[in-house]
Amino acid sequence: MQKRHGYKYHLKEFKKQLPYQIMVWPGIIFVFIFSYIPIYGILIAFKHYTIIDTMSSAKWVGLDNFRIVLGDKYFWQSVYNTLGISFLRLLIGFPIPILLALLIHQINDGIFKKFVQTVSYLPHFISWIVLGGMIISWLSTTGVLNQLLIFIGISAENKTILLNADAYWGLAVISDIWKEAGWGTIIYLAAMSGIDKTYYEAATVDGASKLRQIWSITLPLIKTIISFQFILTVSGLLGSNFDQTLVLKNTQNISRAEVISSYTYEMGMVQGDFSYATAVGLGISIVSTVLLLVTNVLTNRLNDESIL
Amino acid sequence: MKTVKKVESNIVFNVIAKGILIILAAVILIPVWNVVVMSFSSSTALAEGNSYFWPAEFSLENYQAVLRDDAIIPSFMVSVAKTVIGVVTHVFFCSLVAYGMSKRYLKGRKIYTAFFVITMFFSGGMIPTYLLMKSLNLINSFWIYIIPAMFSYYDMIILMNFFRNVPDSLEESVTIDGGGPWTIFFRLILPLSKPALATIALFNGVGQWNDFFTAKLYISDKSLYPLQMKLYAIIVQQEFSSMQNVPGSVVLQTSSRGMQLATIVVTTVPIIIVYPMLQKYFVGGIMLGAVKE
Repeated sequence: MQKRHGYKYHLKEFKKQLPYQIMVWPGIIFVFIFSYIPIYGILIAFKHYTIIDTMSSAKWVGLDNFRIVLGDKYFWQSVYNTLGISFLRLLIGFPIPILLALLIHQINDGIFKKFVQTVSYLPHFISWIVLGGMIISWLSTTGVLNQLLIFIGISAENKTILLNADAYWGLAVISDIWKEAGWGTIIYLAAMSGIDKTYYEAATVDGASKLRQIWSITLPLIKTIISFQFILTVSGLLGSNFDQTLVLKNTQNISRAEVISSYTYEMGMVQGDFSYATAVGLGISIVSTVLLLVTNVLTNRLNDESIL
Repeated sequence: MKTVKKVESNIVFNVIAKGILIILAAVILIPVWNVVVMSFSSSTALAEGNSYFWPAEFSLENYQAVLRDDAIIPSFMVSVAKTVIGVVTHVFFCSLVAYGMSKRYLKGRKIYTAFFVITMFFSGGMIPTYLLMKSLNLINSFWIYIIPAMFSYYDMIILMNFFRNVPDSLEESVTIDGGGPWTIFFRLILPLSKPALATIALFNGVGQWNDFFTAKLYISDKSLYPLQMKLYAIIVQQEFSSMQNVPGSVVLQTSSRGMQLATIVVTTVPIIIVYPMLQKYFVGGIMLGAVKE
């Protein structure tokens, strides 16, 4: 039977490890300052907090800020835009890295494979500000796209996609896919490379075509990683791309471009309505967490396994 | 002849697969090349819209304008400084905490872990974080780029797991020679962990170089603008005044386009040149993160 250790023992043990404790504690302090203290600031969502206020001077207003947010038509417009873009991105953008990875995985030519992969990562390393500048250049009235359309004969005049609100969602989604599809293949290729080659060899002996092998071997074996990515993507549905929005939006397309994150920035930092912005932030966090849990449960049911 | 048919269908598959991938590569390379080409075009060529795959009229004037601008070089220096200092401090800080946490006998380790993990699910949000930075006097300070970026739990985990793979016998041999934990950390652990450190450094470096949000939210002092912020100002707010220092120059609308493009190329070229050489690090980094799930 072990003797119960008194506090003196634990203290001595702690002192023995002092160097390691000293190494860890800066991290604890850092996280306390930069992650925990702001959590206290969530209270602002329940107060009327103006720029000149402090936490103690700001008046408690309960759920009023939430009522104001829910009654703001521009807020709902930003939610609509966020969900629209996120859903489109999920629908079109989620399968593409998987499909690309499947194609790349099948290629045996090492040099070609390396070349394609390297090129596919390039857009990921371009910042949204740089990419925004490039897009504005390509889609401008004298840009490549218009010249191409005229060359093919589709349009006789110059189109202005950038000023067209209805085109914004498509623009945002397509540019995002262009930027991240190649990068997204990495994790799927990593999973595929873990599949035992003998499965494929056995299937080839049995006369299975490559398509058949993909369908019956590759896809089922990377089901876990696909589910995991899916959960992450769905839980991020209410998130929106701040950098992309700020660089692509303008006065003409703002009705379809303003998303939750850019609207929160506008209300909180530009107009100084701290209470409003904090309330939105809190609400979105809660809904996103719920989404994460729900998607996890649903995917469990489908897969008979838990990811989280 | 079933096997012959199957081999044919495989060949067809391969051809189609390669075709799609070639189109993918083209869709990425051609537009980017177009931007580079246009940046080397004279303003008249741009106005006429003739340069697509090769400059209709080659010119370095856009780059000269960029160099003339008295805000671009300083912004470049700010970007370099924040990237270098930010990466070094981040990698060091995360490694330090990771080494301590790598000891399974560390007292309170489980509590520390819980403490860190909770922050992945809850965060204060934009405004509370802004107010914190304000009270720490980091608004409009260069250190806003460095200090809040020093620690990342995710990076710490990757390093911690890497450190755990260092055999105890190696550490013991340093102890026998009279070295303490600090000696082990600096003389043994860090040198042995170069791949993991390089991976973390790479991801962090790209993040620092491409970071726009920090400057947009916390900096209004133009001398502290990194390149991304300066580029944003040029593109969206169209501040060309500082670039038109040449007396008597004719300002065309498209000449500003040329300068935008030159600035874009200058902003993104460092990363474009560097990333292909470091592929094995960031591909490995993703695997490290994924395997631990």
